Amino acid sequence: MSAPVPTVATVSPAHSAARRFLSLVLIHGVLVAGALFMLAPFIWMLVTSIKPPSEIFSAEIALWPKQFYGVENYRFAMEKAPLLRFALNGVIICAGILVVQLLVAIPCAYALAKLEFPGRNLLFVLVLLGLCIPVQVPAMPLYIGLAQLGLLNTYFAMMVPFFLSVFAIFLFRQFFRSFPDDIINAARLDGMSEFEIVWRIVTPSAWPAIAAFAVFSTVAHWNDLYWPLIVISDAKLAPPPLGMMFFADAETGSNYGALTAAATILTTPLVLAFLIARRRFIDGITMTGVK
Amino acid sequence: MTLALDMPVQLAPSRRRRLWIERATGLGFAMPALVLLLLTILAPLAVLVVLSLTNYEFGGVDLDFVGLANFQKALADPIIRRSLLNTLIYVAIMVPGGVFGALLIAILIHRRTRSRSLYEVIYFLPVTSTLIAMATVWQFLLHPSLGPINGLLKWLGFSPVAFLSEPSTALATLAVIGIWQILGFNMILFLAGLTAIPRDLYEAADIDGCSGGIDRFLTITWPLLGPTTMFVVITTMITAFKIFDTVAVMTRGGPVGSTEVLLYNIYLEGFQYFHTGYAAALTFIFLAFILVFSAVQTFALDKKVHY
Repeated sequence: MSAPVPTVATVSPAHSAARRFLSLVLIHGVLVAGALFMLAPFIWMLVTSIKPPSEIFSAEIALWPKQFYGVENYRFAMEKAPLLRFALNGVIICAGILVVQLLVAIPCAYALAKLEFPGRNLLFVLVLLGLCIPVQVPAMPLYIGLAQLGLLNTYFAMMVPFFLSVFAIFLFRQFFRSFPDDIINAARLDGMSEFEIVWRIVTPSAWPAIAAFAVFSTVAHWNDLYWPLIVISDAKLAPPPLGMMFFADAETGSNYGALTAAATILTTPLVLAFLIARRRFIDGITMTGVK
Repeated sequence: MTLALDMPVQLAPSRRRRLWIERATGLGFAMPALVLLLLTILAPLAVLVVLSLTNYEFGGVDLDFVGLANFQKALADPIIRRSLLNTLIYVAIMVPGGVFGALLIAILIHRRTRSRSLYEVIYFLPVTSTLIAMATVWQFLLHPSLGPINGLLKWLGFSPVAFLSEPSTALATLAVIGIWQILGFNMILFLAGLTAIPRDLYEAADIDGCSGGIDRFLTITWPLLGPTTMFVVITTMITAFKIFDTVAVMTRGGPVGSTEVLLYNIYLEGFQYFHTGYAAALTFIFLAFILVFSAVQTFALDKKVHY
């Protein structure tokens, strides 16, 4: 892969070496400039979170703090807002959503891929149509329904619109279709029930797709603001984005040291997970694009 | 299954039993999804249709059918017109920036061997980060007197810009943050597209005397990336059209309505002012745009590109 493409043009070696060097400088120049743009908010977040207010509000802007104030900022942020609670809420919601999504989507996808039953084509069309409908569309009727049932301000309210992932059904169906029929038939002859076939034979084979979907789903719901903003007003139940919003409002944007400390705490879990399982993350999140 | 269909009229009892079991299992497996589909998508859509034809306000007791009045009101409402225009301007800034920026970065990264994964991680980082938390940081970065960006501008001899409180720059600033967030995502899609281009095509082009980087890009890379580019453009359009988070946290539609966008107005009408009927009509306008984008995508991807 690293072999340079052979050039047919006849140029002196020195000339071509100089050109190569120049183009390398240019390429890395652009890439480094872009990388700085991407990283700037993260760098600024980290350094601000360890700066004392006097340096944050000083007219002269310096990257590195003269006085280390990290302990104070992080302690203040943790005392003022239940940041760990927000993160825990995020974990509960993401896990709850993902478990139900998988339990619902996997059998349905298997049925769509491998079983003949009345209404199969209609269901598949509905799944395809469902792919085009963002949660903001059914949001208001769902909100009214949940309000009527007295379920606002619950974990359930935050999770219920996402229990059905038409995307998961679509993805797993594609995956299951390529699963060999012979194996399924052999399992049937061995007396396995369809239920066992789904969960003990077909599902394990779809592990890469499931892992990728898990990443996709978790990142989407950890970061979602729109729906929690609508159904949650109790700060104790807030997931990370909503919690951050409550915290920023309460602090009226003045205490940047504490704000960036809070932002650091709430951003760290996903970023850390990303850095550890880099490939899985990239594959999972961009899976929507790789059809 | 096909075997069963091919068999003449009489089926062996065991086979018929098999078929019956298969149908029952299929229905049973699909049932939870079907119920959820009804409860969380289809029924809400039906309710939304009804609501959009009424003057219902959440919490109120009576409700009158008003026909298409909500839609007429929406199309004539200067606030909605402005928010729709703002949304489209936002899309118009974010799509070229997010697509061509990502394409450039992907092409530059693609040939790197040792530094590729490092660049990939850096460019992808904003995709995984919590946008609301990072929006707070952006607010500080862009602060007129305390932020480093204005510090840099002053150092370079320019006068400071109040990016988010100036009506002329606020929307564009949000679009740049949108580009920052989506660039890495699009870059990965382009990298996948680039990997799929056969290497010998470039070698053949070299032999045909097309050796310049720009020549190669125009004759091979760009045409072969067609389907990928199409897909990236549409997904970026849909993402951009759904702009909400940064507006809700950073500007709340201000200054003087310059960042009011469609979804934010729907949120205000539906969940703050509780003009439920009106918000339902607005939701359909929002959905119409999303469906048009999706239809273009399906059409374009079905057609692919033929050579």
